[in-house]
Amino acid sequence: MNSTQTTPKVTEEKIKKYLNQGKRFDGRKPEEFREIIIETGVSKNAEGSARVKIGKTDVLVGVKMDVATPYADSSNKGNISVGAELLPTSSPRVENGPPKFNSIEIARVVDRGIRESKFIDLEKLCIKEGEKVWNVYIDIYSLNDDGNVLDAAGIGAIAALKTARMPKYNEETGKVLFGEWTNEKVPLSKNMPLSITFYKIGDKIIVDPTLEEEDIIEARVTLGLTKEGVSSMQKGEKESLTIEELNGILDLSENLFSEVFKKIEKYLK
Amino acid sequence: MDRKAITPGELIIEGEDYLPGEGTEKRGKGIYAQKFGLVEETNKLIRIIPLSGTYQPRRGNVVIGKVENINFNGWIIDIGAPENGFLSLMEVPRYVNKDALEEVMEIGDMVVAKIWNMNKRGIDLSIKSRGFGKIDEGMIIRINPNKVPRVIGKEGSMVSLIKDETGCNITVGQNGVIWIQGDTIEKELLAKEAIMFITENCFVSGLTEEVKKWFENKK
Amino acid sequence: MTTIKRPDGRKFDELRKIEAKVGIIPNADGSAMFSFGDTIAIAAVYGPKKMHPQHMQNPEKGTLRCTYNMLSFSVTERARPGQNRRSQEIGKVTEWALSPIVLIDKYPNNVVDVHINIIQANASTRCAGINAAAMALAHAGIPMKGMVSSVSIGKLDKQLVVDLCKKEEDWEEGEGATDIPITFTNEGEITHMQLDGKITQKQLKEAIELGRKACKEIYEIQKKALKDAVDEEK
Repeated sequence: MNSTQTTPKVTEEKIKKYLNQGKRFDGRKPEEFREIIIETGVSKNAEGSARVKIGKTDVLVGVKMDVATPYADSSNKGNISVGAELLPTSSPRVENGPPKFNSIEIARVVDRGIRESKFIDLEKLCIKEGEKVWNVYIDIYSLNDDGNVLDAAGIGAIAALKTARMPKYNEETGKVLFGEWTNEKVPLSKNMPLSITFYKIGDKIIVDPTLEEEDIIEARVTLGLTKEGVSSMQKGEKESLTIEELNGILDLSENLFSEVFKKIEKYLK
Repeated sequence: MDRKAITPGELIIEGEDYLPGEGTEKRGKGIYAQKFGLVEETNKLIRIIPLSGTYQPRRGNVVIGKVENINFNGWIIDIGAPENGFLSLMEVPRYVNKDALEEVMEIGDMVVAKIWNMNKRGIDLSIKSRGFGKIDEGMIIRINPNKVPRVIGKEGSMVSLIKDETGCNITVGQNGVIWIQGDTIEKELLAKEAIMFITENCFVSGLTEEVKKWFENKK
Repeated sequence: MTTIKRPDGRKFDELRKIEAKVGIIPNADGSAMFSFGDTIAIAAVYGPKKMHPQHMQNPEKGTLRCTYNMLSFSVTERARPGQNRRSQEIGKVTEWALSPIVLIDKYPNNVVDVHINIIQANASTRCAGINAAAMALAHAGIPMKGMVSSVSIGKLDKQLVVDLCKKEEDWEEGEGATDIPITFTNEGEITHMQLDGKITQKQLKEAIELGRKACKEIYEIQKKALKDAVDEEK
């Protein structure tokens, strides 16, 4: 159950055999997500927070903000910083291997998805050009890993941002009043991004793997998707993808974007 | 008192003639719990049935493990216990050449074995009897080892029921690892689902009847 | 002496609303959540298992190892992620608070890992962590002599109070705040105690007695959370 052992070879063969028939052990289709449950406002000291459960995978994301001087090359823009930690709480394999992902990659993939889609209006985060801007910190923590922490993290980041409120700011002292909030939301564009990762097992593509499936993936591609198309992409793992496989993924991505969007939009009000 | 849930440090019962069994300790006249679980009394012997926690290996247990390493005279097998098991090449039903260990079993292979001895040095495994050995096909699932008795049932009645209904061969390791072998993947998945159903309804009385009904509904 | 009014209106010996639940992390061998009002702690237990790195193995008995981590957004001003001296100290203190009741002598070379995470902080975080850890250890089937329960006793100016919140921790009037986190076994023995502030020996004895009473209440809640988990399956 909570073993450090990866999926045994005999089970791996079964998974692949079944996938060749277009089926998965839990009855899902290859392009189907598990049930997604989102709870927002779960950590009151955060500007915004969300706990995302995809099946048994459980990820907590929080947004904190602070004021600082802007970078020289973007003096009228606020900044985004995404961090992630695979907590030892979430799996016996975090400390005792074999390792799967590394937290830095999760942070960077989620960062890319948010940054490239221009979801956060960085210019509106400018308080005084060249002097003071808002920094947005998004911190991701895995609480239970049953596969696809990557997409749960992306969804959590969006949910936390959407429900976040700006902290109070004293213009005279130039200081944030931590622990006090306005009713203003974080300036976001209407173009909500969704990170969806496609995983390759054998020569089949699936989404949202359970831990058992994730152990045997050979390659994966995370697409940062919006209504308008693709704003970011990252391929990971050791094996290669054919052009057909990539095209297949792109074809799947449009519908999948709408489907996953539908699944989560009720939580984002 | 029987099947009552108890937490560590709680007094279970007082009385001179009660004996402290597993998971309990006698202090003065009382038997106290040292584990979280259910109280079970048999002939004045009080013990705790654990509900959760890692597998505690015992001599005679059938276990299903993964080959983690091979050394000069045997295989080191991860059975999900704090200690690894060791399968010596002497405990294999046929002669194995010292240089040919990988040909019998490689790192990563799953194997059904019996714990024939346990001592300070470790856990000794054997695959000499019939039904033991490397797993070549089928499906492996993992459950909470504390629920294994329910999956097996009284005198194997529950696991026999699953076998009959699904036509699968099922080997249940005491360490919570179960090997299912069926003609089709669908039958194997049905057996897997049945086992999951049992683990989720562990305390339901008349569970065997419930499982029979569950199979009926699946048809 | 005028009695101080607590910021949230509680009586001086009143605990905040407590929520306790076990089994919240499916992958862990044992897990629990414990909250004092707005302070929420989650604990996950893995073990007993082989201790790594090997050189830290104790051939005579098992080891209990605790980590304490505050999520960056658990506090109003973002905390830099990662371990710092405070979290390391609290990890150690938590180990000492739990060790007297954990029976892992028969697990040589093994370790029982306890990971505590603070999801939301409003003072008394180490106490919430210890309470969650004790439940998680029991839930994991680890052999234990009993349970431990932890609470913070405070002195605001000259008034003793039970279960400090952040506003009380930051109390500045009069003699300011004295913070006394304390942990008792269910048999009433003290396994952990710390103190920051200024208090007379006489009042400290009163504080300890208040702590003992409060911990008895907390123990009942911890027991119930464990037993409720069994009923949920029935």
